[in-house]
Amino acid sequence: MDQPPPVPGVELELPAALTAEIDEIVGRYPQKRSAAVMVLHALQDHLGYLTPDAMEWTAARLELQPIHIYELVTFYPMFRQRPVGNLHLKVCRTLSCALAGSHQLHAHLCRKLGLDPHGHGPQTTEDGRVTVEFVECLATCGTGPVVLANDVFHEHVTPGTADELLKQAGVSK
Amino acid sequence: MAEEHRLITKQFREAGYTPDLDCYLRHGGYDTLRRALRVTPEQLRNEVGVSGLRGRGGAGFSCGLKWSLVDRRSGKPIYLVCNADESEPGTFKDRQIIHLDPHQLIEGMILACYANDVHLAFIYIRGEFAEGARILNLALTEARAKGFLGKGILGGTYDLDIHVHRGAGAYICGEETGLLESLEGKRPYPRVKPPYYPAVLGLYQCPTIVNNVETLCAVKHVLAMGGTEYAKLGRPNNTGTRLVCLSGHVQQPGYFEIEVGAVTFRDLIFDPAFGGGLREDRTLKAIIPGGASAKVFRADEKVTLGGPGLEGAGPKRKVDVLDLPYDFTTLTAAGSMSGSGGIIVLDDSTDIVAALANLSEFFAHESCGQCTPCREGSLWMAKILRRLGSGQGRAGDADQLLHIADNIPGGRTICAFGEACSWPVQSFVGKFKAEFETKEAGV
Amino acid sequence: MSSTTPSQTTAADTLTVRVNGREVVVPRTMPEAVSGKAVPTTMIQACEAAGVTVPHYCYHPKLPVAGNCRMCLVEFGTPALGPDRQPLLNPDGSPVIRQSPRPAIACATPVSPGMEIYTDTDGVHAMRRAVMEFLLINHPLDCPICDQAGECKLQEYALDHGQAASGFDEVKVHKPKTVDLGPRILLDAERCILCSRCIRFTRDIARDDALGIINRGSYNTIAAYPGRQFDNNYTLNTADLCPVGALTSKDFRFRMRVWFLKESKSLCAGCGTGCNLLVGSRENRIHRFTPRQNDAVNSCWMCDEGRLNYRWVGRGDRLKSPLNRRSGATEWGTVLDETADLLRNASRGSVAVIGSARATCEELFLLKKLCQHLGARSDCVPREGEADGLLVSDDRNPNSHGARLTGVCFTEIGINLPYLANDIEAGKIRTLLVLGEDLTKPELELPTDLLGRLENLIVGDILPNPTVDQAHIVLPGCAHLEKRGTFINVNGRVQRFFKAVEPPGQAMPETGWLGGLLERLTGEAPARSAEALFNQLAEATPALKGLTWAALGDQGVTVEV
Repeated sequence: MDQPPPVPGVELELPAALTAEIDEIVGRYPQKRSAAVMVLHALQDHLGYLTPDAMEWTAARLELQPIHIYELVTFYPMFRQRPVGNLHLKVCRTLSCALAGSHQLHAHLCRKLGLDPHGHGPQTTEDGRVTVEFVECLATCGTGPVVLANDVFHEHVTPGTADELLKQAGVSK
Repeated sequence: MAEEHRLITKQFREAGYTPDLDCYLRHGGYDTLRRALRVTPEQLRNEVGVSGLRGRGGAGFSCGLKWSLVDRRSGKPIYLVCNADESEPGTFKDRQIIHLDPHQLIEGMILACYANDVHLAFIYIRGEFAEGARILNLALTEARAKGFLGKGILGGTYDLDIHVHRGAGAYICGEETGLLESLEGKRPYPRVKPPYYPAVLGLYQCPTIVNNVETLCAVKHVLAMGGTEYAKLGRPNNTGTRLVCLSGHVQQPGYFEIEVGAVTFRDLIFDPAFGGGLREDRTLKAIIPGGASAKVFRADEKVTLGGPGLEGAGPKRKVDVLDLPYDFTTLTAAGSMSGSGGIIVLDDSTDIVAALANLSEFFAHESCGQCTPCREGSLWMAKILRRLGSGQGRAGDADQLLHIADNIPGGRTICAFGEACSWPVQSFVGKFKAEFETKEAGV
Repeated sequence: MSSTTPSQTTAADTLTVRVNGREVVVPRTMPEAVSGKAVPTTMIQACEAAGVTVPHYCYHPKLPVAGNCRMCLVEFGTPALGPDRQPLLNPDGSPVIRQSPRPAIACATPVSPGMEIYTDTDGVHAMRRAVMEFLLINHPLDCPICDQAGECKLQEYALDHGQAASGFDEVKVHKPKTVDLGPRILLDAERCILCSRCIRFTRDIARDDALGIINRGSYNTIAAYPGRQFDNNYTLNTADLCPVGALTSKDFRFRMRVWFLKESKSLCAGCGTGCNLLVGSRENRIHRFTPRQNDAVNSCWMCDEGRLNYRWVGRGDRLKSPLNRRSGATEWGTVLDETADLLRNASRGSVAVIGSARATCEELFLLKKLCQHLGARSDCVPREGEADGLLVSDDRNPNSHGARLTGVCFTEIGINLPYLANDIEAGKIRTLLVLGEDLTKPELELPTDLLGRLENLIVGDILPNPTVDQAHIVLPGCAHLEKRGTFINVNGRVQRFFKAVEPPGQAMPETGWLGGLLERLTGEAPARSAEALFNQLAEATPALKGLTWAALGDQGVTVEV
């Protein structure tokens, strides 16, 4: 029995620059499958989250079965299957940051944004603008509490500086 | 008077130092590479062997030995992967190097690659370090443009390219075979060893070297100063300098570069050159000496060192934990490890049960779930600790935790995560049992 | 590498290890399960050679090693070497054994010369007990409603290696239940122990990489990609492979407790491969087929199509009674008398026989005798399909070689059919005996009114069909599951099968009525038993020379065909 062909005809509207970038990424590796996580990052950056089409497209692009991609998307917490806010705040939950007050910081942000302070995974405000997520160690333990705002590290974050962050992002006054 | 000994961090901690290639070149960057390319790879490997350099990622495995195990007769390409998946709680050194001095890492990698006849290498950087990945990509582009990378490096015959590969949030990718699986685009399930030793059956089933960021930077310094000179730093079998990360309840958390074994915990925590002491009116309660997975020390613990069969021998003696020199063998002999160099200091305000609950939550979240004891045990321990921490303790919880933690490590799991998730439980519960038993009453 | 071999007398391609103190010699390498490549012999293989079973879940001899369940952890030691790399010896000359401080998984760890493996120590028992406890904490423990109960490795090992009580007092992890993985397989993810056998099977054996593990850690779950069906022709093997009740066959689910099943050794008759199987039946009703290991034929597998091809055996419209439509006789004695008369009176050359390559060698043997006695020409009906490169053969008849070797048909099965049809149309053939074939099937491309031209149509079959409908005489026979016999597969494997259930009504094995006809025609009663008939056939057939029913054993014998 032959392997069923990779999903044929999954159409994903991608800008030419992105497909070129993906081609370049895939070309770096001796085996295409290696590019999976990098391609998923690129697609998620572009689409905001990973749709079934994006996963199937990736599988077809890398000559894999979609389950191989789904295995990765569900394993890695950085991949998401639904949208997040424009401002995605990842608050470090692990010990050193916890000792420095990250749990209070997380609770503060949640309360301020109307989210569940006991929630763990990504929680997005009703207006869809901000996502707060408790994440594991961000390897910045000496300057906790640490918040990764989108891709930028913020160190020694207090409830006050967190409010400032929200303000700068235009989320609150 | 304890002080830092800066090799790796020397330049980038100077005022005005920038991560660009020009700055690196002004500081003598890539000179070591120029010189190294004139000697044979075997000579370079020999220097690293002589240096006694031990891996800075966590296991402290001899770098020279790791390189010597590489199967060079397989006819297959040899790969090198830089492990920049820095994820061990309490450890925050690799990101500093990447952000502040990417070319030092790249030069170290090129040297290690040349020494091992590697023509394609990867930097596996944790997904959250998106900025770090950008910085590295920029630096790699600069290095390619100047002929430090690519075809015919520096006009010679040696070819090498390096690519940055991002993870997506998984501690287990720091385990070298989990990392390789991840780099192959699979779930990062650590491989069964035997037979899948990276030196023989690594990336794409080819011989592969996986070295930590700091280790590769150290390689640069080993080759710059010579293995013999490097080995004069530190102590026998604990040579060179290493980065120690201090976090938790100290006045001055941060990373420090020390001569291995030249400073003690007392220096690191209390000396103004390092941690600068505890917060006011606080006393020391515990020290996690080498990242979250290292067994905790009680501040008042006396450790037995020496005696037959123990590494770092000498006469049998009792040593105050604070007087332990920070090196690989002493901490192993003391029943813990220096691991990734991440020291978390806990003062007497710490709820020890909550601290362990926090760590166990981390390990339960990060277990890949491939093999039974870790998959089931890590979450089980976290659940008990959640209860204990929220006033729902039950009689016997502490013993139950020990029972679980005793059934995970010691080679029962595929990788060392089994140890990583159970050592904290064994040591916290074992050394602070009364605090756990108090919570059993449901307070 | 070989220079450190202890001074034992070991041949170059074998080595000696001790399992629980008992010496055993094993090959240095064994073929890898899927690739067949020579790989170092593992501890679990050495233990098996020593007759010691090491409990395991994820390990399966026919699948690549995964090493994830940790049930096969053992303790071991290796000969200690001195500084000169020579083995250290005890005062009595035996090698000093250095005990490994860490256990090893027997499934993945290669043996080395002089290694000592311990499977029965307190340490090993403690490790097994711990693995059992871990596997059960999040398991639903729903054995009373689980199909796997009775053949569940969790149950068996819990009894052998587990403990009665568990300290687990938390909320269990909940996962999807009754997940429709595909048309024939259901998943209960809570029962799953994530051994990954199903994934490896479908990836490496069925070559349909359809399953994976999603999520992480304790929440890991076997899954197919959402919206994708787990639907290849081998999916049901995963239900066999599943050591627990996580993957179940929709066909068998909730049908019967396995301990009530009688197991009979049989073969699949769906194609020329002849997969070995076990028929699970109770009170004369077949409930399932499961593959029976035969490395010369089907390894441990069978296709879904063949596995599910049993329901018809119990159909209500089975032919149950012999019938002479002209005389109205419905008694075997009378019908056979009348049939024999009819054949006896037929003029020489006017009788033809169309047999079936689905008939057993013994039936074909008797059929050939009948042909010879009557001077009848004969052939069988070809059945062709597409081979799948795995188990399904392009020859969909289970016994084509049997049909050839007995001489009922020629090298190319069916080559005679057009000539026979011509002679029927030409009125030369006026009496036709058909055994187990429907000649009206369009793919045979025989003239539609062919059978109507016959004076006498004698049909032995098991289910009604248009040929049976037109027959003057109907002789009800047995499914191969209702009798004993042999088939010869496409590769010349001669294999026997046994009766699993009784035939309905008066239906009788074809050797019975064929023998009855021969006795009436020749005055000589042929042997009745499948054993005796096979032995006679073997005696009479050069390709089968020297074979006996007994010598076939349960795995069969390959002959030159």
